Amino acid sequence: MATSTMQFKIYRYDPDKDNAPYMQDISVEVDFALDRKLLDILTRLKAKDDTLSYRRSCREGICGSDAMNINGKNGLACLTDIKDLKQPVVLRPLPGLPVIRDLIVDMTQFFKQYHSIKPYLINEGPRPDRERLQSPDEREELNGLYECILCACCSTSCPSFWWNPDKFVGPAGLLNAYRFIADTRDQATNERLDDLEDPYRLFRCHSIMNCVDVCPKNLNPTRAIGKIKEMMVRRAI
Amino acid sequence: MSKLTIPVRKFDAVIVGAGGSGLRAAIQLSEAGLKTAVLSKVFPTRSHTVAAQGGVSASLGNSEEDHWHWHMYDTVKGSDWLGDQDAIEYMCRKAPEVVVELEHFGMPFDRTDEGKIYQRPFGGHMSNFGEKPVRRACAAADRTGHAMLHALYQRNVRANTQFFVEWMALDLIRDDSGQVLGVIALEMETGEVVAFHAKATIFATGGAGRIFYSSTNAFINTGDGLGMAARAGIPLEDMEFWQFHPTGVAGAGVLITEGVRGEGGILRNSANERFMERYAPNAKDLASRDVVSRAMVTEINEGRGCGPNKDFVLLDITHLDPATIMKRLPGIREISIQFAGIDPIKAPIPVVPTCHYQMGGVPTNYKGQVVAPDGTPVRGFYAAGEVACASVHGANRLGTNSLLDLLVFGKASGDSVIEDVQSGAIGLKELPENFADFTMARLKRLNTQTGGADVNETRLELQRTMQKHCGVFRFKDMLVDGVAKIVEIEKAVARTEIKDKSQVWNTARVEALELDNLIEVAKATMVSAEARKESRGAHVRDDAPDTAANPNGRDDVNWHKHTLWQREGNGLSYKPVIMTPLSVESIALKTRSY
Repeated sequence: MATSTMQFKIYRYDPDKDNAPYMQDISVEVDFALDRKLLDILTRLKAKDDTLSYRRSCREGICGSDAMNINGKNGLACLTDIKDLKQPVVLRPLPGLPVIRDLIVDMTQFFKQYHSIKPYLINEGPRPDRERLQSPDEREELNGLYECILCACCSTSCPSFWWNPDKFVGPAGLLNAYRFIADTRDQATNERLDDLEDPYRLFRCHSIMNCVDVCPKNLNPTRAIGKIKEMMVRRAI
Repeated sequence: MSKLTIPVRKFDAVIVGAGGSGLRAAIQLSEAGLKTAVLSKVFPTRSHTVAAQGGVSASLGNSEEDHWHWHMYDTVKGSDWLGDQDAIEYMCRKAPEVVVELEHFGMPFDRTDEGKIYQRPFGGHMSNFGEKPVRRACAAADRTGHAMLHALYQRNVRANTQFFVEWMALDLIRDDSGQVLGVIALEMETGEVVAFHAKATIFATGGAGRIFYSSTNAFINTGDGLGMAARAGIPLEDMEFWQFHPTGVAGAGVLITEGVRGEGGILRNSANERFMERYAPNAKDLASRDVVSRAMVTEINEGRGCGPNKDFVLLDITHLDPATIMKRLPGIREISIQFAGIDPIKAPIPVVPTCHYQMGGVPTNYKGQVVAPDGTPVRGFYAAGEVACASVHGANRLGTNSLLDLLVFGKASGDSVIEDVQSGAIGLKELPENFADFTMARLKRLNTQTGGADVNETRLELQRTMQKHCGVFRFKDMLVDGVAKIVEIEKAVARTEIKDKSQVWNTARVEALELDNLIEVAKATMVSAEARKESRGAHVRDDAPDTAANPNGRDDVNWHKHTLWQREGNGLSYKPVIMTPLSVESIALKTRSY
């Protein structure tokens, strides 16, 4: 009843057999009663052509596997409503990272930057028997930060990250850096700020705000970056 | 005889799986300085622990009086007395310690006004041995699993754990004495096959919820550890017990946490009636999950379902303060808008019981050592989390006990490995000749199969069969038919064909190999369920009704025992339930009601 045909253009590349990447035109019968999300369509396509390759896992927007470039904008396939998509729907791998195959990119550089900010709580004080206390207001400071799913939609939409993926931490890494700076239990604020006070690591952010625009969890890396800059200024005076 | 050689890498320990239990075990091993490899099909923070929502249980008593002994009682009762009481005591006693540790690792728990970890009520968790609901679930909003998985991964970054990301383990290596010597694994990016030769192997591979058509589980939950163990001759315990979570989003299957009811949510039928009052007068909407799921299906079967097809019930939180919803249940609101198209502040959420959790698994003791049927440890082999059966969940798991299980037994298995390696009890034994032949033959078969069965269709057939023949309510004839059908599907699985022959990131190959694991789990489940002629916990059948002699259909005389399914010939054997706790008195068998 609610079926119709949708047109797709999908980036294809298998280094084992293709000399160069190409865009494949595919049309698919969609049943709008059953298929709500882009991932549902990809699952249908893969059932017909098992060579189509992409990452996916939780299908509910919490694991961060199925990030891709959808009609020119990064997003998660499992959270993208197909009804809203302009056709032909153009699917490409996340920009700025090396492509391994089809929609699968090599995320090494992205995780390297995440790891570079020491993404773990640093507190060398004696460990109490019970939990470290934190007031609800102090805990509130972590909201909008700890929810990051490391999908890389933000960093791979950032021109500064495209140019300097090895030197600029990128919005995901910086959001996570601020997550620890903002945590009252963490004792390494100064070291964390020192590490970021660098022409590239932090200051390549030019507030273009692509990251905010694409974040599937509605987080705001630009705001977190602004807070880090603010703290640097405050400690300088 | 062809001599197939593959590269071999040597480690003190190899951990398969990087969800909650694998990461918790890895922290122990890395911090103890053992040379450890952690293999994962996905980047660690993509593991399915990430989707847990409501909380992790511990009798911290932050908001009201609580005691580990009450927690233990609730867990034994929740398990319908099929859980082993030594393991349950161990888990509940350890809970405050491992949760506090997690807080020290950086877990962003919500807080009480005094700054302590916030706790909410959850199904089946009561004070004073079953009296009234107690706040025991430690929560980070409704993203507890996400916050926990990331905190555990972050601690591993600090500890410099060596990860092998996007590697899929294919088979266990076991020698003639039965000792486990590691795994053979496939690097997905390159197609390379490598042996991970280790003194100790820990399975932390998670569950297999994808054997059912409608499941809250991720695509990756394909029971890989269970398949590998079964193929290596390890029996699987209590596989007939599967938890159907009461509140999956109707149609989509996505999980809605029990924490919604913990915060005051109410289940309603088409007459707008709070029907749980009839089924569980005391605990109501916070009765144990098996009880609530059966009540929901009964309402639907008796024509009191909602919607045009009367095939779901409603989860109502419209009476809650929107500020509470935004603060404590923000993720649920997002999920409802995304997958049900409704805002729960304004309208109730359509929900149905959905396959969620596997209570059974690879048999272990409370130290995380895999055990043979007589209770002796299998040398070199450990397991923790959903893949393992300790057994702390018995016939039905309580909400929030799964995240606790990951922490307690992830840590315990790690400690057992450290002890066994450092004491020299296990060393690096030589690999048997031709150890890789079986695995390489499986891969070769898959690469050369022609005129075979389609992977996607065969998997769908398996999932629909499990759903129809082995669901919330089970029927004698359907179970008998179900066994025959699964045995038939197994033949198709043995001749699956893939069109993709690439060595690079071949997801078709991965899915075919996952199906090899799903079929083992499906067989174990159907065969064990057909054989158990009683109703207990999540296993309820029509020919074991509620009578005076067998309340709720539970037959303790004949069936108070663990099932062990063996792959060879679909053989079944049984072993006694451990009724003796470590320090307290046994919790005696009793009729279960909420």
